[in-house]
Amino acid sequence: MRNDEYYKIAYMGLFTALASILGYVESLIPVFIGIPGVKLGLANLAVLFILIRYSWKEAALVSMARILIIGALFGSLFSIAYSTAGAALSLAVMALLAKKKDFSVIFISIAGGVTHNIGQLIIAVWLMESISVVYYAPALLVSGVVTGVLIGLLTTELLKRIRF
Amino acid sequence: MKKKELILVAAILAVALALWAGMTFLHGGEGGSIRITVDGEEYGTWPLSKDEVIEIGDTNVCEIKDGEANMIGAECPDHLCMYQGPVGASGGMIVCLPNRVIIEVVREDKEVEIDGVAQ
Repeated sequence: MRNDEYYKIAYMGLFTALASILGYVESLIPVFIGIPGVKLGLANLAVLFILIRYSWKEAALVSMARILIIGALFGSLFSIAYSTAGAALSLAVMALLAKKKDFSVIFISIAGGVTHNIGQLIIAVWLMESISVVYYAPALLVSGVVTGVLIGLLTTELLKRIRF
Repeated sequence: MKKKELILVAAILAVALALWAGMTFLHGGEGGSIRITVDGEEYGTWPLSKDEVIEIGDTNVCEIKDGEANMIGAECPDHLCMYQGPVGASGGMIVCLPNRVIIEVVREDKEVEIDGVAQ
């Protein structure tokens, strides 16, 4: 293996750990809006960083690992199902946008935040066997944009400052 | 961000606004009663006019008071549903994801299509 392969493995481990602990930090922050599914999405910071630095494959590994770790430690089978749906859809969209190399990190992050919430909403409709949860769609779309901007700004700064 | 991106973000927000306006219109008006759904099946309907405490299975407790419904008890750890209410005549709903309980305001005069149960 070449030298930068070692770096990559080390950084992927580091960012998996970071994503997991950010998921925990997030669970400590109270949900003030009272809408299920609205959260900061701090873990997306690590996934987005890896996606931009490497590729969707590495990002998918980090994302999958942190979902299993956070789910096993703090969540349930239900929360794993919700996270997986959101993460898979959002990563797919973010990867497509990143590949085009025509979009800013902030926009990729917004798209990720919004599609993450859409994915969770689809799973909610399916698990609750009721279309009524679509009632939350507007709030989830707006919160996806807001948190996407925040995470996008943070990731842009991280990408500028961390070089390897 | 570029102009193209700003337009797309504005479009997302516009969709959210349109959905919100549409659903407020559908759910709004005189909310006569609440319908409680557990696991996709209807658990029952209660009028908002009468103060009452409803036990939903062994998992949740809903209270109707002064024309508004509120979740006052839930055995799940996060208690998110207890912070969502109260819901009243202006419409709205309370959802408990872990126990799959939905409390929603229904209009007495007509059935709204979006409240149908997906199979």
